[in-house]
Amino acid sequence: MPAIHLRLGAFSAALALLAATTTPSVAQKKYDTGASDTEIKIGNIMPYSGAASAYGVIGKTEEAYFRKLNAEGGINGRKITFISYDDAYTPPKTVEQARKLVESDEVLMIFNSLGTPPNSAIQKYMNQKKVPQLFVATGATKWNDPKEFPWTMGWQPNYQSESIIYAKYILKNKPNAKIAVLYQNDDYGKDYLKGFKDGLGSKAASMIVAEDSYEVTEPTIDSHIVRLKASGADVFFNITTPKFAAQAIKKNAELGWHPLHFLNNVSSSIGSVIKPAGFEAAQGIISSQYLKDPTDPQWKTDKAMIAWNEFLDKYYPEANRADASVMYAYIVSQGLVHVLKACGDNLTRENIMKQAASIRDYEPGGLLPGVKVNTSATDFAPLSQLQLMQFKGETWDRFGEILSGDVGG
Amino acid sequence: MSAAEEVEVVTEGQAVEAVPKRAMTLGYGTSLIVLAVLILIPLFVKNFIIFQMTMLLIYALAVMALNILTGGSGQFSLGQSAFYAVGAYTSAILMEHAGMNYALTLPVAGIVCFGFGFLFGQPALRLSGVYLALATFALATAMPQLLKLGYFEHWTGGVQGLVVTKPDAPFGLPMGQDMWLYYFTLAVSIGIYLASVNLLRSRSGRAFMAIRDNEIAASAMGVDVALYKTLAFGVSAGITGVAGGLGAIAVQFVAPDGYTIQLAISLFLGMVVGGVGWLPGSIVGSAFIIFVPNIAEGISKGLSGAVFGVLLFLVIFLVPHGARQVAIIAQQLAAKLKKN
Repeated sequence: MPAIHLRLGAFSAALALLAATTTPSVAQKKYDTGASDTEIKIGNIMPYSGAASAYGVIGKTEEAYFRKLNAEGGINGRKITFISYDDAYTPPKTVEQARKLVESDEVLMIFNSLGTPPNSAIQKYMNQKKVPQLFVATGATKWNDPKEFPWTMGWQPNYQSESIIYAKYILKNKPNAKIAVLYQNDDYGKDYLKGFKDGLGSKAASMIVAEDSYEVTEPTIDSHIVRLKASGADVFFNITTPKFAAQAIKKNAELGWHPLHFLNNVSSSIGSVIKPAGFEAAQGIISSQYLKDPTDPQWKTDKAMIAWNEFLDKYYPEANRADASVMYAYIVSQGLVHVLKACGDNLTRENIMKQAASIRDYEPGGLLPGVKVNTSATDFAPLSQLQLMQFKGETWDRFGEILSGDVGG
Repeated sequence: MSAAEEVEVVTEGQAVEAVPKRAMTLGYGTSLIVLAVLILIPLFVKNFIIFQMTMLLIYALAVMALNILTGGSGQFSLGQSAFYAVGAYTSAILMEHAGMNYALTLPVAGIVCFGFGFLFGQPALRLSGVYLALATFALATAMPQLLKLGYFEHWTGGVQGLVVTKPDAPFGLPMGQDMWLYYFTLAVSIGIYLASVNLLRSRSGRAFMAIRDNEIAASAMGVDVALYKTLAFGVSAGITGVAGGLGAIAVQFVAPDGYTIQLAISLFLGMVVGGVGWLPGSIVGSAFIIFVPNIAEGISKGLSGAVFGVLLFLVIFLVPHGARQVAIIAQQLAAKLKKN
């Protein structure tokens, strides 16, 4: 018996010791620069001025969302201080603003900074400094690279995986298609095109009969459409931003060119693209989506949409509700809040990246039913699901399953 | 008003005000004080401020280059961003693809841009005033697109740009990357500033100014107008190229979107605010284009552009000759105080 007693004693002593060493560290609050008992400082960089200033809405919506959050008591009693600077979409200015945020304002992280060139410019700096560059607002594929850049994480489905989905659809349903592609001559357009060609694989060269690019500074793309029609293609992949997408749809109808029309989801907004182009002209267009289009009548009585409208009524009444960017910002802000809540009292930069990389089946309000946010230590692409849809009448008709096309950086 | 008169009026309007060459520089005492301030500040401030000061010097160099062209030889350019981009890309490509030392890439960037500017100066000879400004404007709008071209993509990185590695301080000097880069930039800037001052005081400088003041009189005195005009373009482009190279190293990234027409306009603005033809004003102009947008943003985020416009308007309205005017007023005040 004494032996057992001894063992029991040793065991309980060990237990007590274990408890003594672990409990305080669980209860203890841990902070890095930018976080405290009362405050979490979040940095952000947006093009409020310059050529891409239309996207500045994202920063404004986020600011409104955090105002709502603070009014409701913040996160675990901590208020969010959202510091957002203008970089005018110029990389040298982005570097200056990022350094100001990290070194002068001492933020905990930079969240949802916008654009591929601006984010590329600061990626190395952020990773050297080990400051999270979380949920960047760009669809480029290269953000999903946890090995090389463990402090940078993307957010939305990337362009390449989207165009792979279209390519697969074409190969399956129209194997003998003659495809014409129109793309914007920048990182965004080229990323889409690359994904599309990868998706078609060895048949890309024979299937794509015409390829044309336009500059974002061109007033109209009509002449490009005329040229593409002349190629005799029966499938048209339209990689354009909203203004040009509307022009393309209209011009197609005017010319009487009716190919199977694929439209990238950047421009799938009913309010800002389809309606200006005319519902008649847009019938049968195929696109894909991961969030609920606020201008689509089918979501009128949707719970998430009602919540979104209430939020805008109270905190950002002047928002243009036809602008998909407002919905985008609403969803990504919820994503950040989800990560910060998961961090609890351990608000270190390391824990933020750890929590951001362990999101499981999270469904923020505003995503399509069935689309979920998932990340892991090797998957830094939070949203990677899309659903195909076809335009019928005055609304998008979703069809098929929720598709996923993860591509690594 | 007849057509001939109208043309006359247009050229009159563009003539840059003659600045005596002595008035183009600072006195020794003031220069030393400015230099001491520039050397000492980094010892007391955060890395971020040091980075901003590095950018201040780099843009000051680019503004000064434009000042030599406009204030010195009387030619306009809205295409400085193109030369800046060529310099930046030359440095970045040499560093990242050829593994060249960053310091050695700068003279190469300077020479490449000198050649580029000199060649561009040839057709520009036929143009003057607004027409020249338009031709250079075209250069500035074309440059970002050229950099995106598929043929060069292997070197330029296309639309994705190129990431540049930041150099460490050499010889194990106990200073951070930012501080080292600042002093390096300062040394380069001082060298170029002194060279520019000497250039303007030399025979070539006098030729530039003679052309600026009156082209016909200059050629009557035996100045080779064509040569000196293109030379001014070359020198200006060369200095801008060096500034671009330094900018690429400091920012650690080059991409076509960094070198749009907006940059060219900023540099032009910096020159006007600093005082056309007054080289030390370049640093004031540079400070204006770096810090005033930040101040404007601080006042109102949604209306930052409008606030910037108002501030700019105030400067032009109150001190039309920019920092030079302020300096002259200060000098007169100081002289008065001495007399009393």
